[in-house]
Amino acid sequence: MRLADKTVERTLGLLALSSILVLLSITFFIFKEGAPFVFRVGFANFFSTEWHPTAGRYGISYMIVGTAAVTAGALAFGVPLGVACAVVLGEMAGQRTRELLKPAIEILAGIPSVVFGFIGISVVLPWIRLYLGGPGASGLAGALILGVMILPTIIAISLDALRAVPRSYRDASLAMGATEWQTIWRVVLPAARSGILAAVILGVGRAVGETMAVVMVTGNAVQLPLSPLEPLRTLTANLALEMAYASGDHRAALFATGIVLFVVIVGLNTVAALVRSRLARPASRARRARSRAITTTETEQIQPAVTP
Amino acid sequence: MSGRLLTPVRAQLVARTILWSMMMLALTVLALVLWFVLRRGLQHVDWAFLSQPPTDSGRSGGIFPILIGTLEVTLLGVATSAPLGIGTAIYLAEYTKGGRLTRAIRFGSECLAGVPSIIIGLFGFVLFVTTLGLGWSILAGALTLALMTLPLVIRTSEEALRAVPAAYREVSLSLGASKWQTIVRVVLPAALPGIFTGLILGLGRAIGETAALIFTAGSSLPHQVPRSLLDGTRTLSIHFYQLAREGISADHAYATAAVLVLAITVINLGSSFAMHRFMRRYG
Repeated sequence: MRLADKTVERTLGLLALSSILVLLSITFFIFKEGAPFVFRVGFANFFSTEWHPTAGRYGISYMIVGTAAVTAGALAFGVPLGVACAVVLGEMAGQRTRELLKPAIEILAGIPSVVFGFIGISVVLPWIRLYLGGPGASGLAGALILGVMILPTIIAISLDALRAVPRSYRDASLAMGATEWQTIWRVVLPAARSGILAAVILGVGRAVGETMAVVMVTGNAVQLPLSPLEPLRTLTANLALEMAYASGDHRAALFATGIVLFVVIVGLNTVAALVRSRLARPASRARRARSRAITTTETEQIQPAVTP
Repeated sequence: MSGRLLTPVRAQLVARTILWSMMMLALTVLALVLWFVLRRGLQHVDWAFLSQPPTDSGRSGGIFPILIGTLEVTLLGVATSAPLGIGTAIYLAEYTKGGRLTRAIRFGSECLAGVPSIIIGLFGFVLFVTTLGLGWSILAGALTLALMTLPLVIRTSEEALRAVPAAYREVSLSLGASKWQTIVRVVLPAALPGIFTGLILGLGRAIGETAALIFTAGSSLPHQVPRSLLDGTRTLSIHFYQLAREGISADHAYATAAVLVLAITVINLGSSFAMHRFMRRYG
């Protein structure tokens, strides 16, 4: 019996390694297909600004710029909106309202990216063309759509971070006469900031990796986007557009594009995991020290009024 | 904060107004998205659309073979990730007590959850489609989807297992059952509804997936129901992508989108409601 139990434990342990194994084999295969190519054509070619696979030019610089621009735009829309929603859900709304609103976030999270892309094509692009000018398909369109798409990630993780702030923090602040907003702004949000930072980082990860919606709305022209109204191409779009017919060096170049994406994403996830693990500790020493300092100052301020 | 123009009470009012209106803005966007897709889509969805094969590259006819192909790819995908995910969850929830290995496993799963679907698709293409020679097929697509849903299955199953009160295990162990007997006969049955809900949630995620499937399940239009797991198929979301991007038929694109969004919304809301109830049972 004991032997059987040991076997079971070992087997489960092996199964548990599956996700790490998958991660390692993704790394292995993508590097195997793309890395030799980069060394062969050289970093100068691969990070140049010219992407002409037929002429042997495989520069992805403008796509890196495109991804960065769209992501930055998405954050500009998505982060304020997402954090605001999390604060409303976590700190302001009553129990009843919260249970009505939370499913809405889940619906938003479930909408497939192709549907967002389609709405981009049929609503956002004509709107931009009509009121702002340009071809419509642009970095701005991508940023708007992605800003909405990263909302569920930002809301869910910020909400977790707000939940992790002990109730006593709020009680103490309110008991000293602070308003609800003062409590949120000066006590709860600062205490939750590493979790909110993790939410933003994971939002960046989602925006960088999003493919289908971006392919549909950004125009995909390989160029330096000088204004938000110009079309651009992202790294993911490059893969989705050309992988189907690429072969030889062209295919290897696309895998190399994949390597760049993969490294960026794994880096972001690692940072987010580190930031979040810090959050797991209930109250850091610094935070406790600060709350002690606040208590002392408040007492000092109150004392003269009390003692005659 | 100088002067009395912005008193704490006024600041509170201003902040509340701004935050609530941002919440409303987000809800409005969601409502518009749903309204936009369902209003124009549902009027073209009827029994004929659901039960007939597409004709004229999707301009007319229905989506029946695509529905079946989608079901096969996603169900097979989730069925593949289930043993891996549940096994991992059992190991994490019942056997390990923290430590470096657990942290590594958890990091691996979180990291995998963050890997963009296009990268997973690329990997699936190299490993399943070319190296293992499965070609563009239901099997290759399903295996790729299994990797995508694995982190979700691990997380939900672990939550379900952890929701089972420790007292259940203690009673079973005190009666002389071995650890494995306890898990199989006591813990797993108690956690089963939660685990199952997690799998359904994974299914919802898989149905909406596009980027991971373009290079693995193929995108050629099937005219009849796929016969073997090595046949290629087009899933609903890929079909929709082709219709919308090539501008083949707006009506059919809307109708397909409506079916897709409705299916996913029902699955997501249903399973999250079920999960909520499950968690409360032991809470």
